[in-house]
Amino acid sequence: MDALPDADSRREWLETMTLIRRFEERAGEMYARAKIGGFLHLSIGEEATIVGSARALRDSDYLISTYRSHGHALVRGTPPEQVMAELFGRVDGCSHGRGGSMHMFDLEHRFMGGYGIVGGNLPIAAGIALASDMHGLDEVTLCTFGDGASNQGTFGETLNLAALWRLPVLFMVTNNQFGMGTALRRHSAVTDLQRKGESLGVPGVRCDGMDVIETYSVVSDALARVREERRPLLVEAVTYRFRGHSMADPEQYRTREEVERWRERDPLGVFARQLIREGVIDEQEHERLDRDALARVDAAVEFADASPFPAPDSLYDDVYVLDDDARGTYASDPAEKRRGGPPTGEDVAAAAKPGSDGEAPPAANDEIPQQLTDALAAAEDGHEKAGSSF
Amino acid sequence: MAELRYREALRDALLQEMRRDERVVLLGEDIGVFGGAFKVTEGLLEEFGEARVRDTPISENTIVGVGVGAAMTGLRPVVELMTINFSLLAFDQIVNHAAHIHYMFGGQVNVPLVVRMPQGAGHQLGPTHSHCLEALFLHVPGLLVAVPATPADAKGLLMSAIRDENPVIFIEHESLYGVRGEVPEGEHLVHFGRARVARAGEDVTIVGISRMALTAERAAETLATEHGVQAEVIDPRTLRPLDLQTILSSVARTNRCVVVEEGWPHGGVGANLATLITEQAFDDLDAPVIRVTGADVPMPYSKPLEDIAYPHEGQVVAAALSALGAQPAGAASGGR
Repeated sequence: MDALPDADSRREWLETMTLIRRFEERAGEMYARAKIGGFLHLSIGEEATIVGSARALRDSDYLISTYRSHGHALVRGTPPEQVMAELFGRVDGCSHGRGGSMHMFDLEHRFMGGYGIVGGNLPIAAGIALASDMHGLDEVTLCTFGDGASNQGTFGETLNLAALWRLPVLFMVTNNQFGMGTALRRHSAVTDLQRKGESLGVPGVRCDGMDVIETYSVVSDALARVREERRPLLVEAVTYRFRGHSMADPEQYRTREEVERWRERDPLGVFARQLIREGVIDEQEHERLDRDALARVDAAVEFADASPFPAPDSLYDDVYVLDDDARGTYASDPAEKRRGGPPTGEDVAAAAKPGSDGEAPPAANDEIPQQLTDALAAAEDGHEKAGSSF
Repeated sequence: MAELRYREALRDALLQEMRRDERVVLLGEDIGVFGGAFKVTEGLLEEFGEARVRDTPISENTIVGVGVGAAMTGLRPVVELMTINFSLLAFDQIVNHAAHIHYMFGGQVNVPLVVRMPQGAGHQLGPTHSHCLEALFLHVPGLLVAVPATPADAKGLLMSAIRDENPVIFIEHESLYGVRGEVPEGEHLVHFGRARVARAGEDVTIVGISRMALTAERAAETLATEHGVQAEVIDPRTLRPLDLQTILSSVARTNRCVVVEEGWPHGGVGANLATLITEQAFDDLDAPVIRVTGADVPMPYSKPLEDIAYPHEGQVVAAALSALGAQPAGAASGGR
């Protein structure tokens, strides 16, 4: 591997990990306040995996991710303002309010998107790598996905094809121990996930995804091999998400003790103490760094809240790329038909009425401060009308 | 002009676009060494090499997804799926990604991808190889859908599809690959959203989809010679965008309309067209829009059953006469 990254780099990693942590904590609060709709999948606990792997990339490399991708956008350089505005569904969001939590995207920073379909991003990663290859560029694509995705057909299909065509993709399975609420040993016959690509011609290696230095080191080595040898590899990053699968997850599939055991290895705390021990930062600087992250998140929330919602007449924008020559009917349901306006309060109440789909709102996550639980339950009652926990 | 078979016209489009634009790359099962299941890509491997004519594993969802990713990052992929039924394996990538990425990511990136595939009955291939599923793709905003019926349109629409910035579902017909027709040489672009009026007439409008445009033309000939009825035959050529204006203008003159498609009736192309015509030209109609469709069954293998499970000329003639009040309505669907 490369030599241990310099002190400035390591300090920046801690800053970015802290930013991601504080950003997502605040996003959870904003969800409870119903500023954010839909689903919100937090990666709290996985920051070392995110930062260690993404910092091993060159700026010209591509990163493609899943529906748990706020951290991936942030680590690649998408301003927190744009990520928060996307969560708020505002025009200044990185996907202009069209994608939401699961569909972040930032072409400028070569973050090629969060994808809501488990395993759906693997073929796209191979396609990006094919384009790099055919353009004669030495860019590499880092494709992250969860342990659950390793059971999808696209895992086998794409690893086989990428190995066959010698595409420069580094596949990284973020093994956070659960496919939604199903534990690894209950969803995968082979739990040694680094080996799952072997029969497809994609050798694997494992790293401790709670350790940012090790993750960086292993991913750097793997990326160098992918770049030079023109072949895909698989990295398994072993990590843990401290929060539920989504905000509406009662977490009945794991014990509090298990979560606590993993929390002792909190990548943020461990890495901060390590840097203090090594004299890279001192306590005061650590506190300042944390305050700075909070201030950036505050600014992001303020920005998002001030950003307007997309105008109703933008509903049909960007369904198609149309040139001046375009003829014919593209949408058989023209925008004028939507002029009746948004649903009234009564429409919404009727749609949310229990009975047809009236599961009780999920129990509040025990990590949400008590004063927020009522608000959370209320928000989820509104958000999760079908009683679903995706 | 040259006389080419439909498959040769398609090949000509691929050949010319690949010569014109080195970003054009072909992906598909058996398109290279084998020359294509229907020989559309025959000889292209020899001219353009393995980098641009890529034989793929049998992994439809991944092949299309690779096309999506490559299209997002600067290539112009043309993916061949061996039949339209196999596209169902790729529906995730086609609908969730190809169709939605431009919108879902706020217009930051385009997906200039073409997915080619043949459809259609008539070769006794049974329920997993014979269907006409254009209605499934027509349903999805973000996709363009082309259904060429003639060799000239096969070439012209494919050349346009490859140059389009949107994902295009390009639906060929298995029974048409060997059909010959006059095809313009060199660059031949048929613009999307412009229907072909295959035959002019004042008595009844017949809209034919995919191969059924040809069936409709034969029916119009019979209507003229045996019944003195002048039918106007319209082949929309693309279903999205749809040249609704040409259809409505025709109906304004004929006041009667028959839609012929090979696919299933429920939620089909004809159901959609009938609704659009009724919504936008109700006052022009002297009779209900009549559909002639495939039978509402999985395609059977046995020849006599397969033959009656998709529409033929006689049913189109009967439907047109019915629209004119010359025969009782209700005998229009293929099968029963």
